[in-house]
Amino acid sequence: MKFGTEIVALGLFAFAALVAAGFGVDEPFRQHMWVLFIVLVGFTVVLLRNTSFARAAAVDPSAYMDGPIRYGAIATMFWGVVGMLVGVVIALQLAYPDLNIQPWLNFGRLRPLHTSAVVFAFGGNALLCTSLYVVQRTSRARLFGGGLAWFVFWGYQLFIVMAATGYLLGITESREYAEPEWYVDIWLTIVWVAYLILFLGTILKRKEPHIYVANWFYLSFIVTIAMLHVVNNLSMPASFLGSKSYSAFSGVQDALTQWWYGHNAVGFFLTAGFLGMMYYFVPKQANRPVYSYRLSIIHFWALIFLYIWAGPHHLHYTALPDWAQTLGMVFSIMLWMPSWGGMINGLMTLSGAWDKLRTDPIIRMMVMAIAFYGMSTFEGPMMSIKAVNSLSHYTDWTIGHVHSGALGWVGMISFGAIYYMVPKLWNRDRLYSLRLVTWHFWLATLGIVVYAAVMWVSGIMQGLMWREYDEQGFLVYSFAETVAAMHPYYVMRAIGGAMYLSGALIMAWNVTMTILGHQREEEPMPGSVPALQPAE
Amino acid sequence: MDYNLMREFADSWGLVAMALFFVGAVAFAFRPGSRGQADEAARIPLKDD
Repeated sequence: MKFGTEIVALGLFAFAALVAAGFGVDEPFRQHMWVLFIVLVGFTVVLLRNTSFARAAAVDPSAYMDGPIRYGAIATMFWGVVGMLVGVVIALQLAYPDLNIQPWLNFGRLRPLHTSAVVFAFGGNALLCTSLYVVQRTSRARLFGGGLAWFVFWGYQLFIVMAATGYLLGITESREYAEPEWYVDIWLTIVWVAYLILFLGTILKRKEPHIYVANWFYLSFIVTIAMLHVVNNLSMPASFLGSKSYSAFSGVQDALTQWWYGHNAVGFFLTAGFLGMMYYFVPKQANRPVYSYRLSIIHFWALIFLYIWAGPHHLHYTALPDWAQTLGMVFSIMLWMPSWGGMINGLMTLSGAWDKLRTDPIIRMMVMAIAFYGMSTFEGPMMSIKAVNSLSHYTDWTIGHVHSGALGWVGMISFGAIYYMVPKLWNRDRLYSLRLVTWHFWLATLGIVVYAAVMWVSGIMQGLMWREYDEQGFLVYSFAETVAAMHPYYVMRAIGGAMYLSGALIMAWNVTMTILGHQREEEPMPGSVPALQPAE
Repeated sequence: MDYNLMREFADSWGLVAMALFFVGAVAFAFRPGSRGQADEAARIPLKDD
């Protein structure tokens, strides 16, 4: 019977959720278990309606398994729009505090919803689907483990739904980028180990003798995130039917564990994983091999060895020992070299094909992504220098930096990869419209520029106002005065974010129409078709 | 095994081992004759659709 095991397992899982909803020791936990129960019952019903008792058709073991990748591409688009929309909402909440709707939709609960939705839901699904796409095609092997890829995909979506609803209910561990409570963490650990087995199993059964460098980056991302997630979330639940747990660490050890996790989430989730994307999709779209394969190997090892030590730069001028702060700063500065080596490698892949920038908006998007990778990996080490950090820390400058990396690098390279993959996954000749890609490109680029520039001005102003003393040694500005001074910048930031969001909406439309099999009648991109010569 | 012992190991033998591994990885990438293999590996994505 098709889905037989899955239906039974889901039914039992749903029953357990119902029991937990009944016996939970705190109200948020009971509500959260009701959410879980409803989601699982809904899923069970969908499977029951799609089950059949006919013998399943035999699977061609040499064909690639693209079903979960198609779902992943759609999920990436969907969560991307949701996460960016929440971002615009919280930007407006900062500018207009009346928009805080208590208690579920206040800033404190929506902010982790935004960060997790864009990082883990949008970025995570982009990594999940591209990694499975790339590993099959560079290993020339079908995904390992039969239906394991489906478990990983749906298990990860369940994690996202549980994390997001938990935040809105007020359930949080208060750990940056790791807010879900202990039971959601355990579920993610199970899904992540399944992902590791899926990816590693596919590499092990490869027919290509060499493991292509993109897979190295993807594998390092999967392994490191497993380690970071488990260590950072070591905690003791107050009750096994409750939503509260206490960290295994305390004080400054806890702070350093959190930022060891937090910075390596940036380093291995938002950098290493997306570099894997760059090393496959840029050569594919440009139809040229990577500029220097040996440089890509140096890039890999240098990044791995340096990134893991950079976390302490988040704790400058705190109770963290001085030597640890200096260590974090020094390693952050050393990261300049592999980052720029990688950037040069990505950009130079286009050497000899720079004309494609004019004719191919997808390549343009990827090049802009790599340029932002270079810019934000220049800005980051600079901000980790203690003297600079004393001005930038706790200000909007940090927010601007994060967004030039996240919108510029992570967002743009994912958009490029999705634009590349979608026509191939659904067997379409081309995208619905290349002109719309150009629109997306300019809206996104201008949106980032507005966002980052506004946050520089606002952040530096904020930092300078905080440290302004008069001749008698008193602080010149009260905190509320710095908040009032930032209002115009908050409004402008929301506009930049809205531009980026509207670009993503255009993309969602373009991708949907491509999947549905439509092609827009439009003039080809200038220069992409050779001009006809008149007959002599 | 206490914190100080681990700390001492980490900033002596641990550091040396990791630095040697890194230097070894770089040396391996640039060993004589690696250029051809690297160029071939770089073409892996272009061989398949």
